[in-house]
Amino acid sequence: MISETVKRELESVLGSGGVKDDPETRVTHSYDGTPMLQVLPDAVIYPETTAQVSGVMKVLSAHRIPLVSRGSGTNLCGGTVPVEGGVVMVMHRMNRIVEVDLQNLTATVQPGLNTKQFIVHVEGLGLFYPPDPSSMAVSTIGGNIAECSGGLRGLKYGTTKDYVLGLEAVLADGRIIRTGGKLMKDVAGYDLTKLLVGSEGTLAVITEATLKLIPPPKSKKTMLAMYRDLYGAARTVSKIIESRIIPATLEILDRQTIRVVDDFANLGLPHDMDAILLIEQDGEPEAVERDIAIIADICRGESAERIEVAATPEQALKLLTARRSAFTALARLRPTTILEDATVPRSKIADMMLEINRIAAKHGVQICTFGHAGDGNLHPTATTDARDPEEIHRVEAAFEEIFEAAISLGGTITGEHGVGLVKAPFLEWKVGEAGIDLMRGVKQAFDPLGILNPGKVFAKSARKRVVLQHG
Amino acid sequence: MAESASPVANPLAEKLKISLDYDQLTNCMRCGFCLPACPTFHETGVEAESPRGRIALMKAAVDGLLTPDRAFAEQMDHCLGCRACEPACPADVKYGRLIEQARDSVEEHRHDHRWWVKVVRKAAFEGLFPHPRRMRLLGGALKLYQRTGLGQLIRSTGALKLLPAHLTEMERIMPAASGHGVIGRIGERHAAKGERIATVGLFRGCIMDILFTDTNVNTVELLTEAGFDVVIPDSQTCCGALHAHSGEQAQARQLAKRNLQAFQEAGVDWIVSNAGGCGAMLQEYDHLLHEDPQWKDNANWFAQRVVDVSRLLVERGRIPAFRFPQAGQEEVRITYQDSCHLRNVMGSYDSPRRLMRQVDGVEYVEMAEADRCCGSAGIYNLTQPEMSANILSHKMEHARGTSAGIMLTSNPGCLLQMKLGIEREGLAGQMEAVHLVDFLHQSMVRG
Repeated sequence: MISETVKRELESVLGSGGVKDDPETRVTHSYDGTPMLQVLPDAVIYPETTAQVSGVMKVLSAHRIPLVSRGSGTNLCGGTVPVEGGVVMVMHRMNRIVEVDLQNLTATVQPGLNTKQFIVHVEGLGLFYPPDPSSMAVSTIGGNIAECSGGLRGLKYGTTKDYVLGLEAVLADGRIIRTGGKLMKDVAGYDLTKLLVGSEGTLAVITEATLKLIPPPKSKKTMLAMYRDLYGAARTVSKIIESRIIPATLEILDRQTIRVVDDFANLGLPHDMDAILLIEQDGEPEAVERDIAIIADICRGESAERIEVAATPEQALKLLTARRSAFTALARLRPTTILEDATVPRSKIADMMLEINRIAAKHGVQICTFGHAGDGNLHPTATTDARDPEEIHRVEAAFEEIFEAAISLGGTITGEHGVGLVKAPFLEWKVGEAGIDLMRGVKQAFDPLGILNPGKVFAKSARKRVVLQHG
Repeated sequence: MAESASPVANPLAEKLKISLDYDQLTNCMRCGFCLPACPTFHETGVEAESPRGRIALMKAAVDGLLTPDRAFAEQMDHCLGCRACEPACPADVKYGRLIEQARDSVEEHRHDHRWWVKVVRKAAFEGLFPHPRRMRLLGGALKLYQRTGLGQLIRSTGALKLLPAHLTEMERIMPAASGHGVIGRIGERHAAKGERIATVGLFRGCIMDILFTDTNVNTVELLTEAGFDVVIPDSQTCCGALHAHSGEQAQARQLAKRNLQAFQEAGVDWIVSNAGGCGAMLQEYDHLLHEDPQWKDNANWFAQRVVDVSRLLVERGRIPAFRFPQAGQEEVRITYQDSCHLRNVMGSYDSPRRLMRQVDGVEYVEMAEADRCCGSAGIYNLTQPEMSANILSHKMEHARGTSAGIMLTSNPGCLLQMKLGIEREGLAGQMEAVHLVDFLHQSMVRG
């Protein structure tokens, strides 16, 4: 628990409604979307302004109390679990769209804004904000920035980092910085904007963001290609890219994933196929037609069993929405789903699929795979039961090998979910010892007291996977 | 760091350990997809007011991480039980069961109800709803109160001011009660017009039958017109929804058994409901009685045959032509508020809309967030007046946005709540709340 003194100081900044430390509030901020992690914070606070965030940081740094800032707590790397206790700062009350600048095509927003609400709002103005993590109906822009979220459109349009032009952030000591701006070019010093994007709340608290908007595509077409052979589907992905076509979306779902997604969404997907590719192309109508025709040819060349083009935009939207539910829908098979997001160069997708299945068989665990195949970002998901420690141990061993396999194929341990707690032991595998030293130096420069989201990104001991339960 | 809860046994925690389905608690993987669907989270933005938060609280109580106290109980009470989180949940967590199990436990261990909640609950749950004859007597008394000017007299004495404000408001929007009920009005058996498609049993409801007797009568006439023989078994009783949702499972099971018997004896093909809340409860009798070896099979038989009147008409009936008899020349605009349990539990959202679109002389407009709870939620509007009022006021903003003259709905609770909303927002005269069945009946072109 926080002391009465600290509580009073926080209340003097936030008002009494902005600070809670009752057991119900603490329990309900002890987790995020990551399985098997739960640690109670000492208090939960709800700032409404940047000035309040600054005031809070002054109090917390004076008392050296850890702070975890968060949006909706949907991340999958343990990024917002307060492993070292302290204060959880929920950004939901800072949820305004400050401005949409129709001359510069930018939007300035507060971090607690819901991602989907934002997307719908700008679409209403005839503009387009592409980053679309599967959790977008729940997640916040601030959370997306902190984790550098990707999504289904990453392959053609990039991820969150490609749309953040400027930030306002509060440093650990309470000072407020502004980086970038409504600027398409800006090389004034180190790129602090890009550094803060994906920094997982370990460097500063983001309090405002200026985002780039683009004109929306004029038309889109969505298709499904169904395969009896998983690797045929995976090879198709590499072939499409090789043919110099970049679809807006190129997703893969394996047999188990198809079944659970269909159980949830009742789309009438075929349960007897080993893989489905969900492909969307957008752009000028003629170009879209041409690309879809070429893609269909490639699919047939890799022995796709069936190809269907969505008849209406509603049907296409249903398919994409169903795909977004895949991770959670897999919990229909077993109660615990542990998902990773190993990412490889796009030419290596089929190799990676083979590796995942080999490793799963070796460790005797069930791993279902779906993901953003088109950008090399797969989501191998183990379906298991947290109550069986022996099986969980095998799952962890399998994932360790999957990380190894990804890196040896020229890939990375995480494409879009972040390092957080669960991948911290493996970070060094990707960035090397010198890389870790450098990153620690950056952390030290921003947060010398180590109070911003402590325990994340950097592991106390490398390699062994951390599994915490009930603090 | 987190500390564990005190090891001293907490009776509520012990009860929760026994009654909560731990598999369901584990199946929630905290992805948060339920958050945008939840009305109380929508209103407050507070995690504890969301399905994910409430499940975390339940699990923490069972795991010994939290000592369930008064705040825990209040949080369980805050849930509307609209179950919009269930169709939103990709993992298929049965939240409705969890919240009922939690409330059942809380109810056993609580001593802090406000006086009038206690009085109303005891009187209504045990002494009233299960007894159709008493319900009709109450209906008669209400009718007397409303028709004789007694109501006005009592109002003029200021006696109603002794009641909480929201109860006084409810008194004003109450429809004209009846002392007879549907059987008293038209009898038990009704033959189909034309060739018989099937024989259906009408579930008349308890409150429904005294406050909305006309709707029951109209339901019968719609059904016979569409080709169904209709039976109204007189031995049926209250569905038990209010009991089950308020933590009185044992009473709910007793009522369920009486209904199973009544409809089985009547030899019906379908059991038709015209109230989403009741229908959803009836449809889940299989779960309610799944641990009872003697009743399990009967309950499955029953649950599979429960159907909402709209869905039965659309999927199996000979739908009559509908033309709304409007007074003026201009087309009347209509809109619809989903009954949560009709939509989220019975899965009937398309059928009512298809019927409304078939009515000539009206224009159907979809209301924004029509699928979000109106805040009525059984007796929630009586027990949680503040939250209910906030939800209703957002609902009425959307209602106003449709510029509709008629607000349709498919459940008596929702209907009363819509009437209340119209009254509160000063929309009386511009908008009228009507049960979908009554609207269709009024528009039916008889063959």
